[in-house]
Amino acid sequence: MSNDIFVWVEQFKGQVTGASWEAIGTARGLADGTGGSVVACVFGGEGVEPLAQEAIAYGADKVLLAEDETLADFRVEPQAALLAKAAREGEAAVVLIGATFRGRDLAPALAVELDTGCIADCVTLELEDDQLVATRPIYAGKLLSKCIIPERRPQIFTTRVRAFPKPEPDSARSGEVVEVEPALAEEDIASKVTGFNETEGGVSLADASIIVSGGRGVGGPEGFEPVQKLAQTLNAAMGASRAAVDAGWIPYDHQVGQTGKTVSPDLYIACGISGAIQHQAGMRTSKVIVAINKDPDAPIFKLAHYGIVNDLFKVVPPLTEALKEKLG
Amino acid sequence: MHIVVCTKHTPDSGAKMSVDDVGNVSWGESPLIINPWDEYAVEEALTLRDEHGGKVTVISMGPEEALEALKHAVAMGCDEAIRIWDDACASSDTLATSYVLAKAIESMEDVDLILFGKSAIDAETWQTAGAVAHRLGYPSLMYTINIAALDADGKSIVVERLLEEGRQEVSSSLPAVVGTTKGINEPRYTSFIGIRKAAKMEYPLQTLNDIGAEVDKVGAAGSGVRWPQVFAPPAREGEAEIIEAETVEETVSILVEKLLAEKVI
Repeated sequence: MSNDIFVWVEQFKGQVTGASWEAIGTARGLADGTGGSVVACVFGGEGVEPLAQEAIAYGADKVLLAEDETLADFRVEPQAALLAKAAREGEAAVVLIGATFRGRDLAPALAVELDTGCIADCVTLELEDDQLVATRPIYAGKLLSKCIIPERRPQIFTTRVRAFPKPEPDSARSGEVVEVEPALAEEDIASKVTGFNETEGGVSLADASIIVSGGRGVGGPEGFEPVQKLAQTLNAAMGASRAAVDAGWIPYDHQVGQTGKTVSPDLYIACGISGAIQHQAGMRTSKVIVAINKDPDAPIFKLAHYGIVNDLFKVVPPLTEALKEKLG
Repeated sequence: MHIVVCTKHTPDSGAKMSVDDVGNVSWGESPLIINPWDEYAVEEALTLRDEHGGKVTVISMGPEEALEALKHAVAMGCDEAIRIWDDACASSDTLATSYVLAKAIESMEDVDLILFGKSAIDAETWQTAGAVAHRLGYPSLMYTINIAALDADGKSIVVERLLEEGRQEVSSSLPAVVGTTKGINEPRYTSFIGIRKAAKMEYPLQTLNDIGAEVDKVGAAGSGVRWPQVFAPPAREGEAEIIEAETVEETVSILVEKLLAEKVI
């Protein structure tokens, strides 16, 4: 058994997700403590080769690179088979995977394949007396659980998106790139990707450093217009509360909360959102929370750092103008 | 078509959770309910059954409390319900739980489709469905927001999966494991007749022996993960700093200055 930490590098259309760089940064920190190497696994279609150097710049010592059509669109079977093979042959001590949709999909298959434990959605990961200890939220973040994988190897962890710092890339770093072959042939893969419809309006909630969300207070689909203008000005992703989604004002893809997406941006601006505990579960770890709501007793003001008690339609347009002026 | 829905019981999502000095978790007076995400899986199973014929079996690995989840699923309209439990199953992580569920499904006849909710609202690992799929060697179609096509005779399925950047369309053979997400349907309420049916229904208990599972692959022995400590997160201190000025223009400009000072814009 080596001390090596393997990191699965997730990419979509040749763009690596922030969660993967965060995982590499975390792996780098741990490997520096244990004396192991950081091995980045870049498995994709034709044209992902430049990502290998990027992974090195972010902290990998070695990159396993597979370029094959079977790996172009994400599917669990070929990714899990190759990652398991690599982890087995490299005697990985740890495998880190960003807890994105794809990562959460891949991790359990890998754990079963390697007959080992997987601690999902970690928010901290530290070495205590030679044992990796992870903390993860349970019951919608109402409680935290410390978890360990005492015996089985490798230990698999999925890291919550934006819970770990993203390292600064250093193009002067050097590392080894090893080409590997896919573990499955196309005829051995039961699922086929037949299409992809990208969400309109660009910025993904998971990766966004700023999220502007609207709730019941926006009053209808047209009420999202000023909220969207504010989001565009800040290059932010658009979020929504369950109330707004259930009312049919905005698609479910935008929902933040226990029954939607869990986000952790630098700035979360809640417009007309009362802040039910289920909504808070999805955004409470945001660094700075701003609440705009006309109800001074709304629970969101208990969680927010800054609040404006006023009608969002009176506040959001001038706020958008003020930001445009300041940010150019 | 034979559809299996895997479910579990959880404390109500509004429950006030607490933990005592020795790590025992409590949800106070809140009731145990079916994991809310599983209702989407049950609803989808019932819709598919009504369209394609066949039956829906709901299963749960758990102690007697798991009956809460099974009863709700039956009240919604599931045809059969099976609880799987053995005291050895306590402290199972997702590796061990997926072993038990996969063994239970293998012991059933002609299963075409296995449905899960996207995750459970208690431990929220999102792991069990994918692990079951891999154990059975079936495709895992998680975060499905739409079953676009299903051919029961030709044994094929087309789904739309929700990923960060949009919706991925995937086709696969059956049997397959589908993880449903909100948006796929609107789960029905239980009817009075349904609740009465659920109350009269028998809920056979299957043991490890019945499903051909080995005792050293379940519970702590079969698990990779241990959770030695559960604790309450530190409470956030204080309340929001409310920004108020003469005019709304002044108010927002104060806010912008604060956000610039926080270095978040």
